[in-house]
Amino acid sequence: MMAWAITAFDALLVALLLWLAWQAIHADGLFRAVISFMVFGLLMAVAWVRLDAPDVALAEAAIGAGVTGALLLSALGRLPERDKEAPADRRARGLAAVGLAALALGGATALATIAWALPAPGLGREVTEALPKSGVDNPVTAVLLNIRAFDTLLEIGVLLLAVIATWALGPMQWSAPARVMSPALPVLGRLLFPMFVLVSAYVLWRGGHAPGGAFPAGALMGAGGVLVFFAGAKPWITGAELDPWRWLLSLGLVAMLVAAVGVGATGRSFFEYPVDLAGLFILALEVAAALSIAILLFALCLGGRPPHRWGSEDEA
Amino acid sequence: MNELFIAIVLVLLGNITVGLWRVMRGPTAADRMLAAETFSTSTVAIVLILATVTGRGALVDVALVFALLAALAVVTFVSRAWPDIGEETARGGGGPKP
Amino acid sequence: MTALAWVGASLVALGVPFFLLGTLGLLRFPDVFTRLHALAKADNVGLGLVCFGLGLHSGSLAHALKLALIWLLMVIASAVGAGLVARAAIARGVKPWGV
Repeated sequence: MMAWAITAFDALLVALLLWLAWQAIHADGLFRAVISFMVFGLLMAVAWVRLDAPDVALAEAAIGAGVTGALLLSALGRLPERDKEAPADRRARGLAAVGLAALALGGATALATIAWALPAPGLGREVTEALPKSGVDNPVTAVLLNIRAFDTLLEIGVLLLAVIATWALGPMQWSAPARVMSPALPVLGRLLFPMFVLVSAYVLWRGGHAPGGAFPAGALMGAGGVLVFFAGAKPWITGAELDPWRWLLSLGLVAMLVAAVGVGATGRSFFEYPVDLAGLFILALEVAAALSIAILLFALCLGGRPPHRWGSEDEA
Repeated sequence: MNELFIAIVLVLLGNITVGLWRVMRGPTAADRMLAAETFSTSTVAIVLILATVTGRGALVDVALVFALLAALAVVTFVSRAWPDIGEETARGGGGPKP
Repeated sequence: MTALAWVGASLVALGVPFFLLGTLGLLRFPDVFTRLHALAKADNVGLGLVCFGLGLHSGSLAHALKLALIWLLMVIASAVGAGLVARAAIARGVKPWGV
């Protein structure tokens, strides 16, 4: 009974994911596509849970259920009316769909064959062997901030570039806060914000020995900021050039670069932390990266360069 | 006991599958948003039950993150997305789009 | 298997019908407002029973408190969300069914 039910669950989950992915690309209206994508994110987290990857599930939950949905919905609100109803040339689309489906099926078969032939545990053994020297007990954190810290450095760099590009495109365009005001909204912001801070700190701290870490914590904190902002709060970060909060945007990248190059002063190679100090290095970098990621994601959700002074816009 | 839990999880996922009809059908954006909101409730239940079945405490944190973020989508929707969506106007009930 | 665990599992099972009823309301009720009414209640009772049941099942107070927190957060989100969606729908000119 148990094996049958769990197989049915997995099969249904995969079918739903494929169908939602299809809907997210090909639904008639953009709003429907966005909702499909958000539900896809929810179920993807369940899929990671089923794949026994709680770290990825946590990141998917924090990013997929939080910032991605907020970003897409805000972007939708900015689009001009005519772009929202996707002009549908059904026949051309049907042909393209058949072609794409065939291609996807072929690709999936090829990937599955290759995956089958690969040695199953990947680099798990090597990571487990190196774990005692990495400074943390959680192998995922060890990979992200020590063994492959270079990847994380580049990821944060990409986020920073995205924010710079968004700000360069122009000022943010929200004229008014929410048009539908409810007395519950500011209360919600005030009530939930401490919870966001608490849970982010908890997730960050857990990253050392259990699923957690800078990315989920930062994404959660950023999402909390977005929620409070939409609930009517004025953000600290402004478009002014000497605003100290702006420097936090690059804090993660700068801290990681300093750590990576700084160890070179003692004759080590790029990102080679001293073994007995590795735990401390990772903790410091995680805090810096989480703060940076939170503010970067929040800045992305603003959808443009914030004003120099927040008060002036409210009066308009 | 785990058999019971797995059966429940299967039923909850089936429940989501059936509810997707409302996402596809609409008719208003609010209907679709609403359906997505219920899916997040069901997903939290699914993740919590799976956490018990597998005995992995870390999965409870995944559910906690979901619960904390549950309000964000609806708040964004109400304050940013819906005021400008021209998908539908004063049409409350069901019925196909003209 | 302790008696407490069995009570917990039964409560979890008892929560399932509420999810099903919520979806029934989502599919069959005539407009946004009635659907909100169905969902905001049914799903959260269902989740409450699931959380309560799992808390009893685990037999650990810390775990149960965490589950209670999750349920509380979902209830807050759902209550505020339902109010916001209903207000937005009214402001947008969606007419309640039968009015």
